Amino acid sequence: MEPVLAVVIGGLYAAGMYLMVRRSIVKMIFGLALLGNAANLLIFTVGRLTRGRPPHIPLDSALPSLPVADPVPQALILTAIVIGFGVQAFALVLIKRVYQTVGSDDQDVMLTENQEQEQQGHRLRDTGQERQGEEA
Amino acid sequence: MNNLLFLPLLIPLATAIAGLLAWNRRKLQRLLGVCSSAALLIVGLMLLATVQQQGVISAQAGNWPAPFGITLVADLLSSLLIVATGLMGLCVTVYSLADTDTRQESLGYHPLLQVLLLGICGSFLTGDLFNLYVWFEVMLIASFVLLALGGQREQMEGAIKYVALNLIASALLLAGIGLLYGVTGTLNMAHLAIRLQSMPHTGTIPVIAALLFCAFSIKAAVFPFYFWLPASYHTPPIAVITIFSALLSKVGIYVLIRVFTLIFPQETLAGQPLILAAAGLTMLLGALGAVAQPELRRMLAFCVVSQIGYLLMGLGLFTALALSGSIFFMLHIMAAKSALFLTTGVVARLTGSSSLAELGGLYRRYPLLAALFLVPALSVAGIPPLSGFWGKLALVQAGLQSGQYLMVAVALGVSVLTLYYLTNAWIHIYWKPAPEAAAKLQYLPPHRRHQLLAPTLLLALFSLVLGLLPEPLFRLCHSAAEQVLNPSSYITAVLGTLP
Repeated sequence: MEPVLAVVIGGLYAAGMYLMVRRSIVKMIFGLALLGNAANLLIFTVGRLTRGRPPHIPLDSALPSLPVADPVPQALILTAIVIGFGVQAFALVLIKRVYQTVGSDDQDVMLTENQEQEQQGHRLRDTGQERQGEEA
Repeated sequence: MNNLLFLPLLIPLATAIAGLLAWNRRKLQRLLGVCSSAALLIVGLMLLATVQQQGVISAQAGNWPAPFGITLVADLLSSLLIVATGLMGLCVTVYSLADTDTRQESLGYHPLLQVLLLGICGSFLTGDLFNLYVWFEVMLIASFVLLALGGQREQMEGAIKYVALNLIASALLLAGIGLLYGVTGTLNMAHLAIRLQSMPHTGTIPVIAALLFCAFSIKAAVFPFYFWLPASYHTPPIAVITIFSALLSKVGIYVLIRVFTLIFPQETLAGQPLILAAAGLTMLLGALGAVAQPELRRMLAFCVVSQIGYLLMGLGLFTALALSGSIFFMLHIMAAKSALFLTTGVVARLTGSSSLAELGGLYRRYPLLAALFLVPALSVAGIPPLSGFWGKLALVQAGLQSGQYLMVAVALGVSVLTLYYLTNAWIHIYWKPAPEAAAKLQYLPPHRRHQLLAPTLLLALFSLVLGLLPEPLFRLCHSAAEQVLNPSSYITAVLGTLP
């Protein structure tokens, strides 16, 4: 079972990374979700896969009969899924708001930084020249 | 039981809940916010006093014995940082009484700030790696909303970058934690330290260390991962950036120090050149970025990155003196950098601009404001007798003792650059004659002015006093560093006995 899961995890990471480098923010969020799922499956797999041995303690004993499946990784995954759910819900609302304000889901269109900086650079240079003129 | 350990978590949590219940009563929310931050500061000081008397203290949630339940631990380092969190929380809450507009307040600004403080305190106090991940997410979700609150176009752009990068960091952290559990079978940090001592450090363990290092470095904005910080820190309201720059990136550095001294000391020593290179490049590129910025908030955002390098340098050198320098520097930079951000906010409120070209001549009208920028600026640059000098002195001394001359040269060179761009900004804002196109100054009513200036003044004075009287705090930082480097007291406090 481990080799199959290893391939699945690798595939999920690859797909997540690929989606994240796309320009569309919707695909970016999908990529993030895939990365989270890959991490969850990774925890599941490295926490040892034990088949059909639930960690139950029989009534007449104080210890479970070993080997049993480790419940901790599953508890961790459950927590991570719930957190991931909240974060992804927020991210979806955020990209909806972004789409409303920007009118596009392309990250390049969103970029106002370069234009702004150029304008400010010009302004700074202009005032510098003016002052030199005054001094002269 | 050390129930005191739960108070830094319960106070912001209860306040956030009460604030959410009082959704439409903004005055009550404001009052709750200020009271809660003040209470956090007091509890932090009590915690620090207790830790100084009794050594490291720990508490087990639900009385589950140590490696099985969730452990809260406070040593000198974490209690110092709790005090700093309370102080910064109080300053920023008071400042935002005047700075935050009603729209942001009606969208739950004050409860969210408390959730952020909750996540930060949780990260400082937890003794369990997975619990740390949970606190990180609490902190992140609050910071996401604070960053996007108000919904300006440029805020959205910053928020997208911040969210994406931080979620990648969380995925890396989660993968690292999962792998570590697979290898060691435990998540309690003290227990991990013991288990990893008796294991050969080959194969997956260095890989896990690298994964965690990358995850925390993204959060702390360390060299190859710092670009999200200047891209998103110039957009939100100034009070929000102040608390982000003062606390969020420092949480990343705190966790790096904690994890790489307690759990992976061998990997830290093996990776020393790498950590030092990352520290040096963070300093240098941050400073070069700041020099090139014509806009004050962007410049300060790059300055935040640059100073992170100094904090990492202490971990890279890995001696008691270097780490105490880092811790001292961390406390200094929180106060000094926040004072810079807060005065920038006041200037932006007065003039409606934070572009260096559009500002000027403020010294004549507001000499106090000019002093409130100049003192922290010189302190950040490391001019004696201000607080930044002592932190840098300790780091440079430690670097010379370890023979890392290149690192020392970079640290000193970056100080010169810092001095250049901060004094240059000061000259532009306060000293040069006001440009003719400058807008008329806004009038600030007195009560609002006091709310804006009191926290700024407090932080600038803190930086000044820390510079004139560094001895008591530096001694405290030194014992904190020694505690961090000899984790036996931490492990005994958590697990009871040292096996």
